[in-house]
Amino acid sequence: MSGPDSAKTLAIYLMAGSEAPELAAAAVAGGADLIELGFPFSDPLADGPVVRQAAEAALAAGMTTAACLDCLKQVREAVDVPLVPMTYAALFEAYGWERLEADIHDAGASSLIVADVPVDVRPELRRVQLVAPTSTNDRIRLAGETTDGWLYLVTLAGTTGVRSDIAPAFAGLVEKARRLYAGPLYAGFGISTPEQAQSAGALADGVIVGSRALLVAKNGPGALHEYVASLRAALDA
Amino acid sequence: MSPPTPTHTADAGSYGPYGGRYVPETLIPALDELVAGWHEVREDDAFWADYRALTENYAGRPTPLTLVERFAPGRRVYLKREDLLHTGAHKLNNAIGQALLARRLGKKRVVAETGAGQHGVATATVCARFGLECVVFMGAEDMRRQEPNVQRMRLLGAEVEQVELGTKTLKEATSEAIRDWITNVETTYYLIGSVVGPEPYPEIVRTFQRVIGDESRAQILEAEQRLPDAVIACVGGGSNAIGIFSSFIEDEGVQLIGVEAADAASLQQGRPAVLHGSRSAVLADEWGQILDAHSISAGLDYPGVGPEHAWLRDSGRARYLPCTDAEALEMFEKLARREGIIPALESSHALARVDDTEGDLILVCLSGRGDKDLAEALRAMGEA
Ligand SMILES: Cc1ncc(COP(=O)(O)O)c(C=O)c1O
Repeated sequence: MSGPDSAKTLAIYLMAGSEAPELAAAAVAGGADLIELGFPFSDPLADGPVVRQAAEAALAAGMTTAACLDCLKQVREAVDVPLVPMTYAALFEAYGWERLEADIHDAGASSLIVADVPVDVRPELRRVQLVAPTSTNDRIRLAGETTDGWLYLVTLAGTTGVRSDIAPAFAGLVEKARRLYAGPLYAGFGISTPEQAQSAGALADGVIVGSRALLVAKNGPGALHEYVASLRAALDA
Repeated sequence: MSPPTPTHTADAGSYGPYGGRYVPETLIPALDELVAGWHEVREDDAFWADYRALTENYAGRPTPLTLVERFAPGRRVYLKREDLLHTGAHKLNNAIGQALLARRLGKKRVVAETGAGQHGVATATVCARFGLECVVFMGAEDMRRQEPNVQRMRLLGAEVEQVELGTKTLKEATSEAIRDWITNVETTYYLIGSVVGPEPYPEIVRTFQRVIGDESRAQILEAEQRLPDAVIACVGGGSNAIGIFSSFIEDEGVQLIGVEAADAASLQQGRPAVLHGSRSAVLADEWGQILDAHSISAGLDYPGVGPEHAWLRDSGRARYLPCTDAEALEMFEKLARREGIIPALESSHALARVDDTEGDLILVCLSGRGDKDLAEALRAMGEA
């Protein structure tokens, strides 16, 4: 179990859908400190096959932006950790940028992430900024100045998905980001095993696990609880 | 006649509320590098000398203008013959320019998407010529209906990656090409095939395709001593249309008409949305989810369109009209029978709007030849 004294943050990504509240509760019971809730987009450029298929299934099940906001409210009722929707520019464009930002906050989210809005685009939208191993110092600095609470470190040049190793470029990114930003750094993309969580967590302040969590969640809340607990244990070891 | 020197001014890059750079942060340094390289070569005469030499001596520019009196009796209708360009479509103009740019940037690996396979073939061709590794993403459905182009790409040494996602057409192939680029961004140049994608791509592709318009403007002035009443081109992503339109935009008396496949008519039925890195007119639902397009022509079967077209539409400078599969097939056969020219199914869409266009002197961009479409078109005509 996570406690207030757990040093490293464990964020779990789930796709919006009817099972999300129950899954979120299981993840939090297993030790998750933050839930990222995917609002599905039909053409997610930053996502690998697992998130893509989950998004496709969610859309087929009717998860429009309005339905995702309802889901967010239900997840809010089910757990008391910070909730951060993650989505794409197209949803904001259709719903209205300011309106969606407001509705996301009204539904109980603490921040939001837009995977295809780079650091210097739409500066008025307050969000968690992402930086990648390819990011220049200037961009990491700007991301740090504008980010909402923590910085999302993309561990590798690539899309989301399960990988066998943490990319070597990640250590360099953490080092750069530490120099340019004083807040918490959470690492995501390609983290799926307890070992990977541990090695990324040794450098960063937290880890974000997406694809593997979605795969495990297919086997129900019990399986997700157990998996998240294994990540938690590795992070706390 | 030798072609006019391409106009390579910084005349584009902002299209009102359209365009932009909606891509993951990972790609931004690569786009910045591309902008820097592009600004350098844009002003570099040696670069344009290379481009011009290749388009002339390798690709066969200038392409002729052909008067088609049996296709359009009683009117002066000219076809700009991009079908006669090496590899059979206008796509090579852009592939040559961007391959030169990739070489300048020191990239050894090129990725591209393709719908009809013409851009894939053009890219595979320049990669063979320049000794670059080439990977082309193509939807499974398009691989089926444009089989000859798959064989050509493979013969040219390209790896053709079959995309089984979603619609299995150009939209998914483009997404996969961009994902590959995100993953291999340090080594790889993304050679986009139309005036779409994040900035600066629409401007780059426009500039390399403008040779179509610059040549045809000079050619029609020489042949007719006046400008055409209308210029017509098919619109998929919009590169052959922008290429030919751009030399006539300042000529207010010249109507600019883009023809979209009726069920892929982003400019006529779409809404502002974000797809593949830019904001433009897109077939999307009220939530911003991208809808499926449909066309017998793989090159037009795309729910988005270049941002400059959305801007030209809004400003009223260009008009966009639909063409059904059946109308395109009719033109495919008609041009073959009346003129001995087998047009690409994409270009057949442009031909379909000649009859109802006002004016005596019409210029049509025949963007490509129809060899690739024979099997699909004959099958569809047999069923009709
Ligand atoms: C012959 C031909 N014309 C037109 C197109 C459509 O592309 P664009 O609208 O960019 O010219 C294609 C695309 O594959 C093509 O092969």
